[in-house]
Amino acid sequence: MNTLSILRARHLLIAAALAFIALFLVLPLAAVFMAALEKGLEAYAAALVEPDALAAIRLTLLVAAISVPLNIVFGIVAAWSIAKFDFPGKSLLVTFIDLPFSVSPVVAGLIYVLMFGAQGWFGPWLAEHDIQIIFAVPGIVLATVFVTFPFVARELIPLMSEQGRDDEEAALSLGASGLQTFLRVTLPNIRWGLLYGVLLCNARAMGEFGAVSVVSGHLRGLTNTMPLHVEILYNEYNFVAAFAVASLLALLALVTLVLKSIVEWRFAYHRRSAGH
Amino acid sequence: MITLDGITKTFGGYRALDNIDLEVKDGEFLALLGPSGSGKTTLLRIIAGLAFPDAGTVAFDGEDVTGLKVADRKVGFVFQHYALFKHMTVADNVGFGLSVRKRGQRPPKAQIRARAEELLELVQLGGLGNRYPAQLSGGQRQRVALARALAVEPQLLLLDEPFGALDAKVRKTLRRWLRDLHKQMGLTSIFVTHDQEEALELADRVVVMDHGVIEQIGTPEQVYMEPATAFVSDFVGETNHLPGGIHVRPHEFRIVEDGGQPVIVESIFRKGGVWRIEGSLASHAEVVELDLDATLAPPSPGDTIRIVPRRLKTFPQSGATSHDQA
Repeated sequence: MNTLSILRARHLLIAAALAFIALFLVLPLAAVFMAALEKGLEAYAAALVEPDALAAIRLTLLVAAISVPLNIVFGIVAAWSIAKFDFPGKSLLVTFIDLPFSVSPVVAGLIYVLMFGAQGWFGPWLAEHDIQIIFAVPGIVLATVFVTFPFVARELIPLMSEQGRDDEEAALSLGASGLQTFLRVTLPNIRWGLLYGVLLCNARAMGEFGAVSVVSGHLRGLTNTMPLHVEILYNEYNFVAAFAVASLLALLALVTLVLKSIVEWRFAYHRRSAGH
Repeated sequence: MITLDGITKTFGGYRALDNIDLEVKDGEFLALLGPSGSGKTTLLRIIAGLAFPDAGTVAFDGEDVTGLKVADRKVGFVFQHYALFKHMTVADNVGFGLSVRKRGQRPPKAQIRARAEELLELVQLGGLGNRYPAQLSGGQRQRVALARALAVEPQLLLLDEPFGALDAKVRKTLRRWLRDLHKQMGLTSIFVTHDQEEALELADRVVVMDHGVIEQIGTPEQVYMEPATAFVSDFVGETNHLPGGIHVRPHEFRIVEDGGQPVIVESIFRKGGVWRIEGSLASHAEVVELDLDATLAPPSPGDTIRIVPRRLKTFPQSGATSHDQA
């Protein structure tokens, strides 16, 4: 093959990739915004400030605000123990962390219905004590936490394994306490990886549909998150409102993408400059 | 004085250290020398309090510290890959040990900074306090790590393969510099190395280890000239294995006119100030390396020369064959 045909093949491949992205990603995304704005800005705004929509937005933010911090704590603890200590059952723990990735979100939702639903294992006890989990906010939080479980941990485990224990041991040998070592040495070492994991986790927490749909009960203004609200509006042929709320979720995705690129760039820079 | 008594450590059935007894005198510069897997690093980490023995005791000045954590032992530890905190400046790295002290014992910020500058001056890095570790060379980073360890005024300095990650030239300079620094400060120091040259050059005493046991403890002179075991003879310096468990160093042969052992010269090259001759023993087909004064005329490949050992050591043969130099 001569240079010219290699060059042509390269251009062809790049063009194919770009066309694919345009067809399957950019075009649909643009369609969401177009459909949302079809009847003008007023209709768009009205769909967003409508009480049920506001309730859905509030609930989505609440769920993210609970599940993301839980994930950060869990992710750091899991990654720390896996990367820095040897203990029996370590590989089993790694497998369990991956479980939510391999299980369908619908199954994840059903697990909680099976446990906490009216006919579930703890159902009678919960009813007796007047605690509602399924078809209420706690159930939605539980399902979201389950689904987003691996994000932070998955990001941190390889990073912390690679960094080893030397930095922590150095800090301890200099007289630092465990907490000081964590705050002043470990956390700065993992900050970019952690931020990246948090972004992905947040995007998923706000966008999760399947698991949340099973446990939510679809009570308007009470247990509908944004994705569920979009589905209901859509099923009612209220396309402008459906796409208006969907456009917010799409916007979130775009913001996440931009932040992710920035973090990735910083992360790569940080790694390069830290090289031995 | 540091006293180790019956230190034993196993990792999942593998015996990394087997009943180690050792005394380190105040102000001494001690080398733990051995191949990888000899247990030398594990022993250093146990002395530091970064690892704990399954059996045996560690005592500092007669006081049992076996159960104490690293933070409570007043030791400075220098890591092979420096373990500098990448997100902190060099000065903050050096001052770290002082800055994490409890309120009340913690010196004011300006004082920590001054102390850091002072130590950077000591390790000949004055004025580089505002740089980040990534902006320094390997040799400079290792000196920062040393300054950081010294900042907490340890009563014992522990160095794990301190020159292992550096290139040969820097290593040599840093080695000489560390020896001078030790002379100047008189701080009891223990370093781990797999490089026998490094151990012989730096240490007051060398502890030669293999497979979790101490093979010999002695001055560099003793370890080189009077190896206690076949392993030591093999690992420290170059040694020819001759039939009958006889060990002879390359420079300890003499060429004679008559008698001796005939050797067929296979190759010859200049090795510094000597001719290094590689030949085979006519009687046993064993490979022999020997050094010949470079002021003499060298033999040619194919010649037969006759050699007599000036000095030799004899070891039981089973031991001589069980340890091959890596």
